[in-house]
Amino acid sequence: MENLVKKYARKLVDAGLAASSGPGIPLVGGLDHALVWNTTAPEIPVLEQLFQHLNINCLVFLRPSPPYDRIIRFLAGRALKGSGRILPQDCETRTFLHDLPVVEHFDLQAIVQALKQRKSVIIQGLDKENPCWGPVVIAPGNVSPEQGFVGVSSVCFACFVTFFSDYLALLKTGNKDPHMDRVFDQVLPFVQTQKSPLPDLMHGPFSKEQDVYAAMVQAGQKIVACGLVDSYFGNISYCWNNTLYISQTGASLDELTGCIDPVPLDGSTSAGITASSELTAHLDTIGRTGCQAILHGHPRFCVIVSMDCDPAQKAACPFSDKCHTHCPTPRHLASVPIVPGEVGSGPFGLCNTLPAAFDTSDSVIVYGHGLFVTGKTDFTQAFSTLTAVENLCTNRYLEQVRHLRHG
Amino acid sequence: MYGWTGKIARIDLTRQKIEIQTLSPDTYARYLGGRGLGSLFLQPCTALNWDHPDMPVCLFTGPLTATAAPTSGRSHMVSMSPLTGLMADSSMGGKIGVQLKRAGWDGIVITGKSDLPVGIEIADERITLVGAKNLWGMTTDAVYQHLAPKKAGLACIGPAGENRVRFAAVITDRHHAAGRTGLGLCLGTKKVKYILVSGTGRTRVKDPEQLKKAREDIFRLTAASPALMGQYGFSRMGTGAMYDLMDNRHMMPTDNFCATRFAPAGKLNANAYARFYSPRKHGCKGCHILCKKISTNHTAGTPMPEFETMSHFTALLGLQDIQLVTAANQRCNSLGMDTISTAVTLSCYREIIKKDFTPVSLLGMLEDIALDRGEGNALKRGAAAYARSMGKPDAAMAVKGLELPAYDPRGAYGMALGFAVSTRGGCHLRAYPISHEILRKPVATDRFSFSGKARIIKIAEDLNAVVDSLIACKFIFFAAGLEEYARVFSAVTGLDVTAHDLMAAGEKIEYNERIINSLKGFDARHDDLPARFFLQPGTGSGQIRVPPIDRAAFVQAKNAYYAVRGLSTDGLPTKSKAKQLGLPWKTW
Repeated sequence: MENLVKKYARKLVDAGLAASSGPGIPLVGGLDHALVWNTTAPEIPVLEQLFQHLNINCLVFLRPSPPYDRIIRFLAGRALKGSGRILPQDCETRTFLHDLPVVEHFDLQAIVQALKQRKSVIIQGLDKENPCWGPVVIAPGNVSPEQGFVGVSSVCFACFVTFFSDYLALLKTGNKDPHMDRVFDQVLPFVQTQKSPLPDLMHGPFSKEQDVYAAMVQAGQKIVACGLVDSYFGNISYCWNNTLYISQTGASLDELTGCIDPVPLDGSTSAGITASSELTAHLDTIGRTGCQAILHGHPRFCVIVSMDCDPAQKAACPFSDKCHTHCPTPRHLASVPIVPGEVGSGPFGLCNTLPAAFDTSDSVIVYGHGLFVTGKTDFTQAFSTLTAVENLCTNRYLEQVRHLRHG
Repeated sequence: MYGWTGKIARIDLTRQKIEIQTLSPDTYARYLGGRGLGSLFLQPCTALNWDHPDMPVCLFTGPLTATAAPTSGRSHMVSMSPLTGLMADSSMGGKIGVQLKRAGWDGIVITGKSDLPVGIEIADERITLVGAKNLWGMTTDAVYQHLAPKKAGLACIGPAGENRVRFAAVITDRHHAAGRTGLGLCLGTKKVKYILVSGTGRTRVKDPEQLKKAREDIFRLTAASPALMGQYGFSRMGTGAMYDLMDNRHMMPTDNFCATRFAPAGKLNANAYARFYSPRKHGCKGCHILCKKISTNHTAGTPMPEFETMSHFTALLGLQDIQLVTAANQRCNSLGMDTISTAVTLSCYREIIKKDFTPVSLLGMLEDIALDRGEGNALKRGAAAYARSMGKPDAAMAVKGLELPAYDPRGAYGMALGFAVSTRGGCHLRAYPISHEILRKPVATDRFSFSGKARIIKIAEDLNAVVDSLIACKFIFFAAGLEEYARVFSAVTGLDVTAHDLMAAGEKIEYNERIINSLKGFDARHDDLPARFFLQPGTGSGQIRVPPIDRAAFVQAKNAYYAVRGLSTDGLPTKSKAKQLGLPWKTW
């Protein structure tokens, strides 16, 4: 357990979500028959009480780094004036977190009550005199500290996407919110407009199985290292020798060693039961395009831009509350199609919309979800496309905001 | 009340009397339904032998039964086990639970003994005891054909339950079973051949709109689950989808758990069944996963074996014929025997006698067991009793008398601990750690480590006690959680309850079972695995080593579990913990 709490504390720092020292250091606790923490901190005595009130075995306490701190503080304040919940519209949050409860102070009972109902809680914590000043995100788990890590990083991702989506929507409706303008200006310097240069990846086509595994592990690590996706989100596959090698469900892209399933294309085994939930979409895309490599990530501005819709058009649309599954309008960003579809292979799953969209493009954005890109024989081209599309989305977003704010 | 009907039928077979019992809303809130309520009714009879006339056989629904809640069509049967001496219980699929609830009953509690074979027929409020002498001796298939239940739900026993087979099952609605712990014999000893139920009512739901929303959240999660709805998930391939995975992970019990890989596995997997039988989907009432598979081609109507049966009737017994597996599965169901216990008992026999089965000898032995003929007489008592009688107790791959399912514990240490401490013996479903150790949900854990597993197992046991009491299917918890089901529960019952409140109820239900079992003489000595797992390695390869389980680490994890569960170091419940949980302390 000690190894795990330290590992996930380190991953939060590496992901840029937390500070490596000082009061912003993340706290990760794990309980078997004894409770262990990654460090000591004044908040821990209070947090230990959560273990007594909740049937959990781990917990992550995150005081997010900029820009997440400013974003979450803003959204938390807004939520507390209303339902007490942040309601992100991105796919991951809709599916797994549902909504994000917010409490005003570091009040044990309020935190317990929120965590009895949802996988995370945000504490606004405006009182800097309080040792537990905020904003803070807390996420517990009942299996492994990894759940807490996933929980807090998902909250940060969801809040980032929500803030930027809502800001664009606000500007498009012609409304003003000086507070939101200020927060936007504060967080803008943290937005990378140009991603890192393309890394040197293994060149395909690959002739040995071990090279396939190595290339996938390398591509996964580089995506994370280049900041193209949050480390946990996404999946990756490569087709070789009539077998699709695909990352396992819930596998972290920067830790793919031992987490890749070989799935024979002839369906002769069902060992792919642990493969990514997007296995069907990958298989159909490979079959349709003849490509060998697929990368899927959740680059933030791809997600944000995919949900951008003209307010007047949206108001008139009969599916305005089901955009993620029923958007009837063929949409593109430049030449990149944007399609609806949920996670997995249900009736509204993206497996029903994604593969056909690859007929006209080597990259496809799924509404509120992320970006899929293909590579003919290796991950180099796919990686390059991933970078280019996210840059395009970022720049397109910023251009729109500039235009709407300043004319 | 919403959710519950508020009525329980007490059926006394000796006096041929039926009484209606009501419980307080507080009791319902504490014990929920299904397994929870069953253990409440079992508790006062703990001092009795399993076959004492006053020992009840309980069949309970839950507050979610016969509502729009996903996978809520199941029911739960509870009594005292003739196989293990522990509390006996088993979840039952099909539609009998829905029918019972629609008939207006939260459950039935059967006591006494009938002199002659009898059927219990329930049509809404009317409960009738019907002579069943003409059905005694019939297979479950024959009973189904004879009674032709159509929309009604039917649970019945086969010859095994009549002939005192300790692992006799109850077969429901032809294709489903309350397989484990010998509940078929519990009914058989009371001379109950069948229970036939039809109902026309509706479960009252407090907030249908909220239920609809909560249901959509669960549907979205199941759609995102590779294990349930994915290309190779249970919905498409059946539970047999696990077959390849268990072999790939080097944890397929082979040759009576002497090895953990089976070379021909690739030809005996779910895909092989799909090609040969072209199965269609079938499932329990109220379920959208539809994990059951029924053949459609020249063998139309043949049920496909579940994963456990596929594995144990091949690798465990050294057999390589999917048609034989299908036939053995059908024969077991028809005779009314649990396929897991049957296969492990036969495997124990094979190891001791040192003689392989042929298709003819295998199917013949199934008949011999169920009909109490020849060597079947010794085998019908289960693997542990048989091995003891042969002077080779270590050949029985069972925990507390319950034969082990198709997951080798050397390949998953949470499973090892879960098997050992389960309140019904060698059971994979009490803690169901394959969720995180194999299927990576909600996140993956290190399957070759005991680190953290004590609390994980305790929490999962509490969760599954809730699942068995609400009632829902455990499979859906590969995707959803109590977070979502608490909202379903609140929408149905109107009670403002959170996931953690339900977990607290689950902890009470689990601890109550520990109290019952302790009164039957069970303690830490029985929370153990067969010695084989500590002495012999599994089948390794270049990438995966499967060493014997380190006994010291296992004991340490078990002791940690006792501490987390609030048990003494002897594995016994304590008065103070019982008081803390609000449970009665051995007062019966």
